[in-house]
Amino acid sequence: MKPFDLQRADGLAHAGQLCADKHTAPIAGGTNFVDLLKLEVETPSTVVNINPLPLGGIEETADGGLSIGALVSNTATAVDMRVRENWPVLARAILAGATQQLRNKATTGGNLCQRTRCYYFTNIDQPCNKREPGSGCGAIKGVARLHAVLGTSDHCIATYPGDMAVVLAALDAQVEIAGPKDSTRTVPVRDFHRLPGDQPWKDNVLEDGEIITAVTLPAPVAGRQVYRKVRERSSYAFALVSVAAVIDMDGDSITRADLAFGGLAHKPWHDPRIADLLVGQSPSEALFDKAADLLLEEAQGYGENDFKIPLARRTLKAVLAEATGVKP
Amino acid sequence: MNAYFKQDEPDTRNLLDTGKQGVIGKALSRPEGLAKVTGTAPYSAEYQIDGCLEGVLVTAPFARGRITAIDKKAALAMDGVIAVIDDPRMTTRPAQGTAAAAPEQGPGEVDYFGQPIALIVAETFEQARHAAKNLPFDYEADEIGSVPLDPESAPRETDDGSSMSKGDLAHAMKTAPHTVDLRYRTHGHVSAAIEPHAAIAQWDGTKLTVHAAQQMPNYNIAELADITGLDEENVRLISRYVGGGFGSKLGVAEETAAAAIAAMQLSRPVRVVMSRQQVMQAIGHRSESRQRVRLAADSGGVLTGFGHEALVANLPGESFAEPVLQSSQFLYGGDNRLLKLEIARIHRSTAASVRAPGEAVGMPVLEAAMDVLAEEIGIDPVELRLKNIPEKDPDTGLPFTEHGLARCLKEGAEAFGWDSGPRQPRLKRDGDWWIGTGVASAARVHNVAEAKARVTLNPDGTASVQTDMTDIGTGTYAILSQIAGEMLGLPPEKVLVQLGDTDFPRGPGSGGSWGAASIGSAVLVACEELRGSLAEKAGVNSDELDIADGMLNGQPVSDLLGGKELSALGHYEPGKIADDYTSSGFGAFFAEVRVNRHTGEVRVSRMLGAFAFGRVLNAKTARSQCIGGLVWSIGTALTEALLFDPNDGHIANADLAEYHVPVHRDIPALDVLMLEKKDAAASAIQAKGIGELGMCGGAGAIANAIYNASGARIFEFPMTPDKVLQAMEDN
Ligand SMILES: Cc1cc2nc3c(=O)[nH]c(=O)nc-3n(C[C@H](O)[C@H](O)[C@H](O)COP(=O)(O)OP(=O)(O)OC[C@H]3O[C@@H](n4cnc5c(N)ncnc54)[C@H](O)[C@@H]3O)c2cc1C
Ligand code: SF4
Repeated sequence: MKPFDLQRADGLAHAGQLCADKHTAPIAGGTNFVDLLKLEVETPSTVVNINPLPLGGIEETADGGLSIGALVSNTATAVDMRVRENWPVLARAILAGATQQLRNKATTGGNLCQRTRCYYFTNIDQPCNKREPGSGCGAIKGVARLHAVLGTSDHCIATYPGDMAVVLAALDAQVEIAGPKDSTRTVPVRDFHRLPGDQPWKDNVLEDGEIITAVTLPAPVAGRQVYRKVRERSSYAFALVSVAAVIDMDGDSITRADLAFGGLAHKPWHDPRIADLLVGQSPSEALFDKAADLLLEEAQGYGENDFKIPLARRTLKAVLAEATGVKP
Repeated sequence: MNAYFKQDEPDTRNLLDTGKQGVIGKALSRPEGLAKVTGTAPYSAEYQIDGCLEGVLVTAPFARGRITAIDKKAALAMDGVIAVIDDPRMTTRPAQGTAAAAPEQGPGEVDYFGQPIALIVAETFEQARHAAKNLPFDYEADEIGSVPLDPESAPRETDDGSSMSKGDLAHAMKTAPHTVDLRYRTHGHVSAAIEPHAAIAQWDGTKLTVHAAQQMPNYNIAELADITGLDEENVRLISRYVGGGFGSKLGVAEETAAAAIAAMQLSRPVRVVMSRQQVMQAIGHRSESRQRVRLAADSGGVLTGFGHEALVANLPGESFAEPVLQSSQFLYGGDNRLLKLEIARIHRSTAASVRAPGEAVGMPVLEAAMDVLAEEIGIDPVELRLKNIPEKDPDTGLPFTEHGLARCLKEGAEAFGWDSGPRQPRLKRDGDWWIGTGVASAARVHNVAEAKARVTLNPDGTASVQTDMTDIGTGTYAILSQIAGEMLGLPPEKVLVQLGDTDFPRGPGSGGSWGAASIGSAVLVACEELRGSLAEKAGVNSDELDIADGMLNGQPVSDLLGGKELSALGHYEPGKIADDYTSSGFGAFFAEVRVNRHTGEVRVSRMLGAFAFGRVLNAKTARSQCIGGLVWSIGTALTEALLFDPNDGHIANADLAEYHVPVHRDIPALDVLMLEKKDAAASAIQAKGIGELGMCGGAGAIANAIYNASGARIFEFPMTPDKVLQAMEDN
């Protein structure tokens, strides 16, 4: 661990001012950040403890949605009765992640900003464009089991590893952000994480000095909610592939199909064409195959992760069948 | 008093059964358990020693080459750094089990990615770790591509000791009505013990004292003496509590050598603890393997040909080759036999013993192939196994000591509710999950080793046992208090067992499942001597002794002792029994799994192991060993695999987040049947090894259940969803 100054944020504006320096980073639960500090993957000169900020509440919004503060623990969100009743898929996704101990410490903001689990990113003796721009990508020619099949670039094939954000993308939640000069902005979760392109070191759209203050869920919608996480061991493992779905039907016709995917890309993957294809149709195995065709149209494997392409197809079809009641 | 027993013959006296205390075999809790769960049992790194410096190893970022210069000045300028040590005596690999000599030394020559090349010593751990990550050094790395990393294409040697040929297997394969010829792959494993490798060394100018996480101080002391150039008399090694070994702590590893050398150079105590990543990268791992199994059977299902070949890997110069074929030598019959073990020389980290070396990967593969043969013949797989249990060792012709395989298969099948009808995959489904069952045999060679222990009757009638044998979480403290208690007529809590200190008599060390039978026999021998002298004092014949609860034939033992202690050194050595028999623990595994028909995920829903390993010394600790073995079987079958980078051979998933040992949720209720039958030719206490048996084949039962459930025949362990999907029929 490189020695750093530890500062306490006295208010949002103060936190923003401190973090405006590019060698300064906020720390929330620390469950991801501290590991990376020890490995010297992260080497900030100043760390700002944002836990004193008043961002620990869950509140209803005027339009019937829910605002979840950036410092609310994953456990608190998952057990909140409003979440469990109206957005049960969110509770399920959170509970499918990490372990109880980690979820007790992990926060909304930290979870969104957690860094990739790429083996080369966390090993400072290996090349990695995300950690050290220009050093190369160890994973492309190396061990790529965890890696992305959608939206990759020649510079980086890492995945965003989290579960919660996949559901937030399906629900079309919004990220509330405070800037250094009292500015605020709102970014849809669907646009919050980036694709690697030629700047893989940028995980998301946050600029220096910006802090997540909350995530806002839109008003609840009708429909079946499903989160399916595929993994070889049944707990304490990141998704090989995950699918979040909110599907509603009117008689035999699909009226809503909000889907997002984890484990496939550098961001929770949302493809609006899939809803366009499904809505108004009557569910069938052939239709589900078409949806999978769309999803995976441009999918590209890197050897060891080739399996994610058929696995994503099968998981998507199974989730659609479950949510629409089609017997495959 | 000294007592020496060299066992040339089966010992049918069953001395332990003559005891009157009635504690042998009882399901007693371990005496050190409370201290362990309350955090008061000190592990090696936890001793508080004044002025202790902290050392962190620096590791090589390339596969093969040499260090040409180290900028020690730059490191010494960093906060808190006291020394940069790259002494040529420092070791670069762990010593293999029972080596009793230094492993490869000289950190300047690099043979694998992640090899230690220097030690930073600083005032605090954080300072040392930071400096270790930032030490500037120059090196010449051999070009990528010129360094052999892939076992398939690397130079090979044949391990003659593990290979044999008899009859004509090729002919048997050509002429038999039923044959299978199958190729399998298994991936590398690590021990993943919770306690990382750690040592604290102290040097007083003459004598070196080291607290280290070790399994075999009796060998480790010689290794450490050889590494440091000291005489054994001037080395003391202490390993009172060890937080899991599973083979990884058999030999002195890099952190202990480095701590010792640093303490000697700096004349201050030095602690070195490896990070999880370093433990995984620089301590031995189980070699990956490629295996071929050929089986030929007549129309009745009796084997006429048996072939098992394997390719494993290790660094150049390492004598250890994963003994994949160990149990294949004797498990099943077949006149035409061929065993061949080859070893590829590659530059990945050291391959060494991980729990049940050999059988852990050889048995699941053999047992998976037996399942294919059973299907080919159209016979119940339990019956196929029963038909092929040989009368004598098919290779050497030696008789077996107590052989429990048939009993385990039959009673295990009964307890599990095995359906012995014709088997066909995909008969049972619950929603999205196919359900199926599988069986496999268990076998693990039984070894017993020379051992010494001192047993002392104290003037107050209590007793103590002293040996440098270790308890690596297995229950040694408990069973030795029971053996001594039974023989000396004392409740176990009146017997103080002191372990893991080379100032005590040499035990056998914990390894190869031989610890309990060997050290237990030494304690028995010492107790027999003490009983003899008690009988003399009481004026009765030894066989008239009636001792329990500290009373001897009605008289307090403390009275007989007359204020003096009575002490005996027991020395046990296996004699001709080791040459005259083939000895093994046996068992049978039954598993039920659920396979998701969409995603290929596999979850074990039920598992039973039936085991026969001679006498049960403590029903609780023995069962725990079996349960642990079943858990490892599940890991081997479904999740555990080291992922090696193809370009530099480093282990990509070198932490517990990405190297997937099973978690609680992966483990269903596990059943263990212990089918006790005393084995007089196994040891003086009629016990055999059990620490490893519980995982010798279990993964095969799971593989067979996966096929029975889903129709997916998979030829690679672990059977992760990607492989299941690929093999599923409708893909
Ligand atoms: C072994 C292991 C297994 C795991 N398994 C899973 C899993 O299966 N699924 C899953 O989803 N997650 C998993 N996690 C990840 C876990 O969910 C994250 O570590 C956690 O959510 C991070 O939250 P935190 O508050 O601890 O963040 P921290 O570690 O404090 O911070 C993480 C990052 O976010 C930044 N940050 C924190 N708060 C803010 C804010 N308000 N505004 C801007 N930036 C901020 C920090 O600067 C840092 O870069 C696992 C973690 C571990 C260690
Ligand atoms: S995939 Fe991305 S994170 Fe991984 S090594 Fe390549 S650049 Fe780094």
